[in-house]
Amino acid sequence: MFKYFPHTPDDIQAMLDVIGVSSLDDLYGEVPEELKLHRELQIPSEKSEMEVRRIIEGLAAENQRLVCFAGGGCYDHYTPSVVPYIAARSEFSTSYTPYQAEISQGTLQYIFEYQTMMADLTGMDISNASMYDGTTATAEAMLMCVAAAKKRNRVLISGTFQPNVLRVVETYAKFHGVDLVVVPATSEGVTDRAALQTLVEADNVAGVIVAQPNRYGIIEDFTGLAALCHAHKALLAINTVASALGVLKTPGEWGADIACGDAQSLGVPMGYGGPYIGYLCTTEALVRKMPGRLVGATTDADGRRAFVLTMQAREQHIRREKATSNICTAQGFMCLYVAAYLSLMGESGLREVNEQSYGAAHYLHARLLQTGMFAEVFPGQPFLNEFTLRYDGLPCELRARMAKAGYLAGICTEGMDNCLTFAATETRTREEIDAFVSLVSLKSC
Amino acid sequence: MNNVYYGKLVFELSKPGRKGYSLPTNAFPEYALAELPTALRRERPTLLPEVDELTAVRHYTNMSNNNFGVDTGFYPLGSCTMKYNPKVNEEMAALPGFNIHPATPDCTAQGALRLYDEVQKTLAEISGLQRFTLNPYAGAHGELTGLMVIATYHRQRGDVARTKIIVPDSAHGTNPASAAVAGFQIVQVKSTPGGTVDMEDLKPLLGPDVAGMMMTNPNTLGIFETQIPDIARLVHECGGLMYYDGANLNPMLGVCRPGDMGFDVMHINLHKTFSTPHGGGGPGSGPVGVRAGLEHCLPNPQVVYNEEKGRFEQHCEAESLGSVSGFLGNFGIIVRAYAYLLSLGRENVPMAGRLSVLNANYIKECLRSHYKLPIDGLCKHEFVFDGLREEYGGDHHDPAHVTTLDVAKRLLDYGYHAPTIYFPLLFHEALMIEPTETESKQTLDAFIEVMKRIAEEAKADPQLLKTAPHNTPIRRLDDVKAVKEPKFTYKAL
Amino acid sequence: MAKVIEGLYYSESHEYVRVEGEYGYVGITDYAQSQLGNVVYVDMPEEDDEVTAGEEFGAVESVKAASDLFSPVSGTVVEVNSALEDEPELINQDAFENWIMKVRLSDSSELENLLDAEAYAKICE
Repeated sequence: MFKYFPHTPDDIQAMLDVIGVSSLDDLYGEVPEELKLHRELQIPSEKSEMEVRRIIEGLAAENQRLVCFAGGGCYDHYTPSVVPYIAARSEFSTSYTPYQAEISQGTLQYIFEYQTMMADLTGMDISNASMYDGTTATAEAMLMCVAAAKKRNRVLISGTFQPNVLRVVETYAKFHGVDLVVVPATSEGVTDRAALQTLVEADNVAGVIVAQPNRYGIIEDFTGLAALCHAHKALLAINTVASALGVLKTPGEWGADIACGDAQSLGVPMGYGGPYIGYLCTTEALVRKMPGRLVGATTDADGRRAFVLTMQAREQHIRREKATSNICTAQGFMCLYVAAYLSLMGESGLREVNEQSYGAAHYLHARLLQTGMFAEVFPGQPFLNEFTLRYDGLPCELRARMAKAGYLAGICTEGMDNCLTFAATETRTREEIDAFVSLVSLKSC
Repeated sequence: MNNVYYGKLVFELSKPGRKGYSLPTNAFPEYALAELPTALRRERPTLLPEVDELTAVRHYTNMSNNNFGVDTGFYPLGSCTMKYNPKVNEEMAALPGFNIHPATPDCTAQGALRLYDEVQKTLAEISGLQRFTLNPYAGAHGELTGLMVIATYHRQRGDVARTKIIVPDSAHGTNPASAAVAGFQIVQVKSTPGGTVDMEDLKPLLGPDVAGMMMTNPNTLGIFETQIPDIARLVHECGGLMYYDGANLNPMLGVCRPGDMGFDVMHINLHKTFSTPHGGGGPGSGPVGVRAGLEHCLPNPQVVYNEEKGRFEQHCEAESLGSVSGFLGNFGIIVRAYAYLLSLGRENVPMAGRLSVLNANYIKECLRSHYKLPIDGLCKHEFVFDGLREEYGGDHHDPAHVTTLDVAKRLLDYGYHAPTIYFPLLFHEALMIEPTETESKQTLDAFIEVMKRIAEEAKADPQLLKTAPHNTPIRRLDDVKAVKEPKFTYKAL
Repeated sequence: MAKVIEGLYYSESHEYVRVEGEYGYVGITDYAQSQLGNVVYVDMPEEDDEVTAGEEFGAVESVKAASDLFSPVSGTVVEVNSALEDEPELINQDAFENWIMKVRLSDSSELENLLDAEAYAKICE
């Protein structure tokens, strides 16, 4: 027998006898013969563990690990070794949704910690137990705005969002029937507040969604935005790169009703795009409109504090088509990553990460400008760890040339000719930046 | 698992001045974050804990001891396919070569893109469909994506009147919920007393406003819908498409493929059928497959092989439904599923399905003497009891009867995870058991023995069950209080 | 045995309406609350909302179930029972005393389509 199947031929026979059929195939007696495959699957034959390793290690070796100067929704941050170590505990990873609270306190506790930390970071009252990623969390924020408004169907989203977030939100809007309006960016690379104000003043807007820092890396000033939205009965949702919440003004401080985004930047590996973890936080007033699982504190029969899934009447397994969302399995396990990361880093660690990222990115920014091959696109705009420059040449050629040299030279800025958006975090050293910039300057190589 | 309750939160271990990280000295002191305008900076410091490394390690280790996973014991949670999660999968997903930025140029990610393509091709052959996207993050996300495929197909033909999706009353809750998010109206079709789709109820629902029908086969009762060719024909004749909810694909592996049953669009839960860990509620992965002719509707980005350049590329198709994910889905989960598929190969994939059916039928036959079996006959990978038999205190007309919840909680005392309870909604006391193929006859026999003992206990001492569990780290929880006095953060405690 | 009160009008979906002049007090029946178990939340309409007979106007939640509320009558909501916001369990204590909304009836002939106590009691058997 195969290593994952414990059945011996005797076991199988004994079990078939109890069931009263004579062969494994007879267990499918009711399935119409014309529907059956009647041939072997045309997939590779079984491999030993060594062969599996050889094949997949071969594929991994085909990838090139570049020194990363890119962001765009995924950031190359340091992960303490304790985080993956803790996450390797299979009591956590091989469990499922903690329906049976009495034997799932581990999962429930780390989710409760995660909820506490995310609510604290965003300055909101409540966090759910994760969304898939930052793009879908933003789409869910849009659906939440529409559900809360009841009679309004229009949502405004800033055109300064990461393009991949915009695409996902637009897709959800198209099918759900949300009238999604993209508010343009100004030539300074920020949300056009005058255009946004005119739209909000029409009194038909359910919600406004903005991004922080935005697709160009700029930290936008949302002063007065919440007051404008609330004066016209629109909700305000702010998407922030999670790590930046340690130092940037929080959605709660801006007066937002919903905070959403991706928490990959909190210790989750880049992993070619996933698994990451989306977060969604809100105010107490909107908790029943919130999608996803929620863990709450309660007591057991002996009066001890314990944790349990709660407010389940919002969810698909009870409310079916009237649920706040279809989401059930989200990224639960990644809450453990985030909770462990934030436990180890704490306030000071998260601050240091941001300070060093700020330093690395500003140093890179200055050095690239010194080469004379780059020009500022949005001069004077504040940024944290990501910025956009115009390149004196073709960005894709630079990226290809630098990839050969072992560097990921930013991301081509969509919709902006010859522009690249670069990022640098605390994982980049001064030497790496110097080496990168000097290779960039060798235009001919 | 530890029977001593470890109930502390990390915030309660915190002491100002401790730290659990080390970072190099700031190499760029000439640039200070304090240069940022005050108006853009956080006013209030965070309340994150301050703990040293060992405190953090012990804390999470102690917490894990209060948790039950597949590695701890038998986990017969119906509809969730809690099979063994092989360890080589974890090792492969953690290879440093896969820890690359998703915006890395395609030419530097050929191994990752090739792996994605291999998995999509393998799933296509297993499903009898043409092409898969691996971008959706979970089963429900796959359903949503698949329904968007169906909507896109109709819209592109200019057939805008198709606003309805038909869903059986036995369907997973995600089916109607996903259809609602995708903008459809939901029409419910009834089940017959035998537990399958009622054809007479279905026929009048079919018309020019039907976009499609969602089904899982076997259905949530574990029963194979033998009328599937007729159902598919009727839905196709009225112009709709057939959607297969792949949550129950496991028993059909290598025996009978959704594409051959007449389905046009489907999703697969890699965390159910293809052994990736469930992670306490994700991350999963919900690849979506389509029949030939619908490939262009799949979400962007798509992974394609460029013959001219001789390499894999991410491609954005103009006719696509749009995007449903930031990048290429939960890539790390896809690596694990690939390791599983390679390990099993064509020899063992079909065996997984057959043995899962063997295990389910064996438990069913052994326990029907004590538990009410509402629908007789062969089941597939799972089956549903309607609580205890009357003679064991299960008469639900009696207000004092021993409920399915009581049985479930008592099972925890014996070191088992409980089955899925109160789903599907067709029965009062549903108890849904799915053993999966990775459990041995010894394990099943021990479970059967315990289930019988619990039935005897229910008869002799119902209070023992009503107050269960007794041996777990904590006792039964007050879930009414959790809703009425909601506390979602440490701050609120 | 669930309580049924004479003189009220009942719907098959287990709502009642108690008519006083041009107003109707709408709630869920004792049978409905007993089936739901501990009510933990009532999703109520807002004042001035228009409700239509047979259409949804809110929902009641218990811990593991939720049930939509269908208005037995048409009209304008003039008051909601705000006591239920903080104490939804009042419905379990006395479902007939703790109505959910007060409606100015727009068409009293609709009452003829509803059940009387005797007919409703049969449904609950």
